[in-house]
Amino acid sequence: MFDGRDPIYRQIADQIRQDVVAGTLMEDEPVMSTNQYASAFRINPATAAKAFAELVAEGVLYKRRGVGMFIASGARERLTRARRARFFQDVLDPVIDEALRLSIPIADLRAHIDIAALREDGES
Amino acid sequence: MTPFRLELQSLSVRYGATRALDGVGFTVEPGTICGLLGRNGSGKTTLLSTVAAFRRPTAGRVLVDGETPFENARVMAGICLVREGGDVLDDRVDAALRYAARIRSTWDASLAARLVERFELPRRASVKALSRGKRSALGAVIGLASRAPLTLFDEVYLGMDAPSRYAFYDELLADYMAHPRTIVLSSHLIDEVERLFEHVVIIDHGRLLVADTSESLARSGVTVTGPADAVDAFVAGANVLRRQELGRTAAVTLHGHLDTEAERRASELGLTLGAVGLQDLFVHLTAPEKDAA
Repeated sequence: MFDGRDPIYRQIADQIRQDVVAGTLMEDEPVMSTNQYASAFRINPATAAKAFAELVAEGVLYKRRGVGMFIASGARERLTRARRARFFQDVLDPVIDEALRLSIPIADLRAHIDIAALREDGES
Repeated sequence: MTPFRLELQSLSVRYGATRALDGVGFTVEPGTICGLLGRNGSGKTTLLSTVAAFRRPTAGRVLVDGETPFENARVMAGICLVREGGDVLDDRVDAALRYAARIRSTWDASLAARLVERFELPRRASVKALSRGKRSALGAVIGLASRAPLTLFDEVYLGMDAPSRYAFYDELLADYMAHPRTIVLSSHLIDEVERLFEHVVIIDHGRLLVADTSESLARSGVTVTGPADAVDAFVAGANVLRRQELGRTAAVTLHGHLDTEAERRASELGLTLGAVGLQDLFVHLTAPEKDAA
C-alpha cells in the first residue's frame, strides 16, 4: 500500500473507489471511520479525512450525522460509467503502444480479443 | 486542555561563538502533528529545549499559545518535552511516574498503567538500571500519559526495538485522535514516521530549510528517468539534486513540482517519472555538498 507519485490521500480514495466498483464495499453500507483508517494504515488522520472529503464531494460517500460515512447509492454505477468512459484511453492505448514497441501486429491483438469474445459467447 | 499553537519568530540561540539556531521561523497549528527533521547537530534539541523554556532565546521569539514560555508557569505547565533516551529522574520507575502524575493536571493514570504493561517496564526497577530502550519507552509513556497541550518528543525512539517503536507510533496516533493536542516529533527514522506528520520542518546547521505540509513536500521531488539526451533537455533550468547515468540512460532527481503540462511532455518524450520519498529528499537537501552552492 502507498507507493508511486500520487499523494497518500488520493491512493486511499482510489482504493475505496476500486472497492466500490468491485462490489467489496456495498451501497448504503458504512465504511471505516477516518480514525480507523488512520490507525489501520498508521497515517495522520488528516490524510484519511482528506480522502473522505474528496469522495464526499464526488458523491461516492455521504455522511450520516453522528453515525459515520456510507457509500452513496448509485456510486457503483457512476464510478463504473466514469471508468468505462476512460477505458480505451487509459487502459487500452498503453497496451497498443506496448504492442507496437514489441512489433506485435494489431491483427494479432484483434485475434486475441476475438478468442476472448468466442469464450465469452461459449460461457453465456 | 485545548491544544497549544506554537510559533517561532526568527529564533536564534547562540552558545558563545556557536550559532545553534539562526533566525528560525515557522508555525505549528494547534492539534496537529509536526515532524522535526535534521541531521545530528542541526539544532533540533536546542530548538525543542528553547520551546520547552529550558533555555532563553538569544534573539527572536518563541510563542506557545500566544505567550513567551520562558519563566511562564501557565504555559510551561502545558508543555511536555521528552528528551532522547527518556528524560526522567534518578529514581525508580514508579517514582518517576508518580512525579509526572503530580506535576501534570492532564495526567491519565490508567493510560500510563496500560502503557507500562505494553512496554514491559519493571515498576520497581531504578531508572538508571534500565536499558536505553526501556528508558526511552518510559519517556514515551510519560509523554503520552501527560496529555500536555504541547508535547515534544526528541528522538524518543533511541534504543527501542522495532516492535516497541511501532507500538509507540500506534499508541501516539490512537491517543492523539482520542485527545487532540499539538505534537512535535523529531526523528531520524523518517521512513517509519513520515506518514504520521501533517507538517514537516527540516533544519540544517541551525537554519530553517523547509516548513511545509507533508503532502506538498511529498510532491516537491520527482525523479526523471529515460534516454540521457531527453532527460537533460527536460530538466534544463530545473533544480537538479542528483544526476546518475547508466549507459545511455539518465536518472535525475529534481526539487520542484511538475504541473500537468510538464507531466504530459515527459510522457511524450518517453520519460518515466517517479516519486522521491521524504527520506531521500531529506538526504539530498541536507547533503554537505549543498553547502558550497
